[in-house]
Amino acid sequence: MSFNYDQYIRGGKLPHIWCPGCTYGIVFKSLLRAVDSLKIPKDDIALVSGIGCASRLPGYVDWNTLHTTHGRAIPFATGLKMARPDKNVLVVSGDGDATAIGGNHFIHACRRNIDITVIVLNNFIYGMTGGQHSPTTPVGHLATTMPFGNIDPTFNIPELAKGAGATWVGRGTAYHVPALDKLIIGAIEHKGLSVLEIINACPTTHGRRNKFRSPTDMLLWMKDNFLPITAFGKLPPEKTAGKFPTGVLFKKEAPEYCDTYYGMVERLMKQKEKGA
Amino acid sequence: MSTSKLLQGNEACAEGALYAGCTFFAGYPITPATEVAEYLARKLPFIGGVILQMEDEIASVGAIIGASLAGKKSMTATSGPGFSLKQENMGFGMLCEVPCVIVDVMRGGPSTGVPTGPSQSDIMQCKWGTHGDHPVICLTPAYVQEIFSETVRAFNLSERYRTPVIVVFDEVLAHMREKIEIPEKGVLPVENRRRPTCPPSEYKPFDETKGDVPPMADFFSGYRQHITGLNHASDGFPVNASPRIHTDEQRLIRKVEGNRKDIIRYETVMLDDAEVAIFAYGVSGRSGKNAVEMARAEGIKAGLFRPLTIWPFPEEEVAALASRVKAIIVPELSLGQIIFEVERCVKGQCKVEGIFRVDGDPINPTQILDKIKEVK
Repeated sequence: MSFNYDQYIRGGKLPHIWCPGCTYGIVFKSLLRAVDSLKIPKDDIALVSGIGCASRLPGYVDWNTLHTTHGRAIPFATGLKMARPDKNVLVVSGDGDATAIGGNHFIHACRRNIDITVIVLNNFIYGMTGGQHSPTTPVGHLATTMPFGNIDPTFNIPELAKGAGATWVGRGTAYHVPALDKLIIGAIEHKGLSVLEIINACPTTHGRRNKFRSPTDMLLWMKDNFLPITAFGKLPPEKTAGKFPTGVLFKKEAPEYCDTYYGMVERLMKQKEKGA
Repeated sequence: MSTSKLLQGNEACAEGALYAGCTFFAGYPITPATEVAEYLARKLPFIGGVILQMEDEIASVGAIIGASLAGKKSMTATSGPGFSLKQENMGFGMLCEVPCVIVDVMRGGPSTGVPTGPSQSDIMQCKWGTHGDHPVICLTPAYVQEIFSETVRAFNLSERYRTPVIVVFDEVLAHMREKIEIPEKGVLPVENRRRPTCPPSEYKPFDETKGDVPPMADFFSGYRQHITGLNHASDGFPVNASPRIHTDEQRLIRKVEGNRKDIIRYETVMLDDAEVAIFAYGVSGRSGKNAVEMARAEGIKAGLFRPLTIWPFPEEEVAALASRVKAIIVPELSLGQIIFEVERCVKGQCKVEGIFRVDGDPINPTQILDKIKEVK
């Protein structure tokens, strides 16, 4: 039986705003399947976003959803999670939203290791505003604000997250869909701050200016260049240029922030009771 | 039985928050507001509350809005530079109608300015700091006791009108210690936002048919909803170019402007027969009171109008005052900001004279007394 997406999609809110050829719809469906398989009740999950094409995703999903200001989804989500640590809080963001304007919040959420799942849809460009270069736009690529080719060095989002202290870091693509479902499940199940980078395609503002003749070419680029981490590890070093590992790239156990905070609260309240 | 305490203004503000039921504070260290966070950091964990030192001022206001959406009464506190940084998310709170309290302890500015000196030069920023048309409630206590009680009132107004409320004072009041009485629980009213009673399927977070302040559901309470900083319809979903935007923004303004009688509070001192009135709030209001007493001792008919609510501005009250005095003196720790509002309401009915000071010291009562003598 095919998956019933309607149970999660808000009535009357489609069609979505994404352009033809955009891969966000693929991720959207993967997210719904992943959360469904975890059997999280709709009332017990919040999806928080900032600004950009990716940030419109929450509006379509029948959960508790919050569309905030540019780059600031993580602080709002932190407020929600600290207020209700028993609930699931997810953030969906883009490359610019998460790592440029929201970069400070991103690294500090990683450092705190608060149990929030941060899903970064990396399409290598500011899509909504028409194709300006982002912190992940490859060097040399054309963008409206880099008309002679991007000269800004890029962020590697998983490495950034790992360096900042995230305890679960993964990468998937909009092409490798069955693997993506599993990665989203893993990211949500992990207790602590998880960062999942999902490679996406923006044919409209990135692909067509950068020698991808069609949206399909962008998916084929993902197919050819993004390998499971085990396969990537077996590549001889001279063959890794332009290739990227996918899967769970890093994972460790560390105290989760809400647990630590409320553990302290419990201890202090007991202490006070005894004192009184 | 109330409890007597010797507290500085920042601590009294924290006590007011606790009295009002605040269980969530997020902030960032900044002079001269830091003691609000420090005090709450010692108190909140013992009542199961949350205290967060966020990575910056922007994150702090984001976090308190998130917490409020989950049903907590929440607050942040800052000063000039931090207040500037918070403005965008404050606007989000206003448009999305999220109750919370924002404290601004004014220091000299612009930029880093004089972090350890008092100022009253954020007063227009309180009103117009965030972009777009928006409702603003802003309270201006002048005594440590009043910082306590006005912080309680700020939470109540914020819950009643479903909007962020600003409490603004200055470095002098923040660090001055005065004896205050903290009333027993139940003496001061403590209000909670109206929550929906309808079935979740019928709930709309911005349903104007339920009144200018529609009921607000907590996240995770079964009332699934969408909250967005885009202009939105009554169901919370974005709308573009639509007459709805116009009427909804009017409703947001009306929530505050239409309830001026309920929101506006002020103190008057010997104003009945006054020929010269002083219009002053916060620390300048204290000096104003002193000046009135000194003037009266010399037989000069002076009086004080001291607003505790600066936004919405007490327009009618100032207009009425202007019709019966010779002059209104406006002492403020800026180069002249609130005086423009006074002049707007006076409409030429009487003389309006300012006393401005930005050298890092408060305005002395004698400075005001000299001005009273000059204009009488």
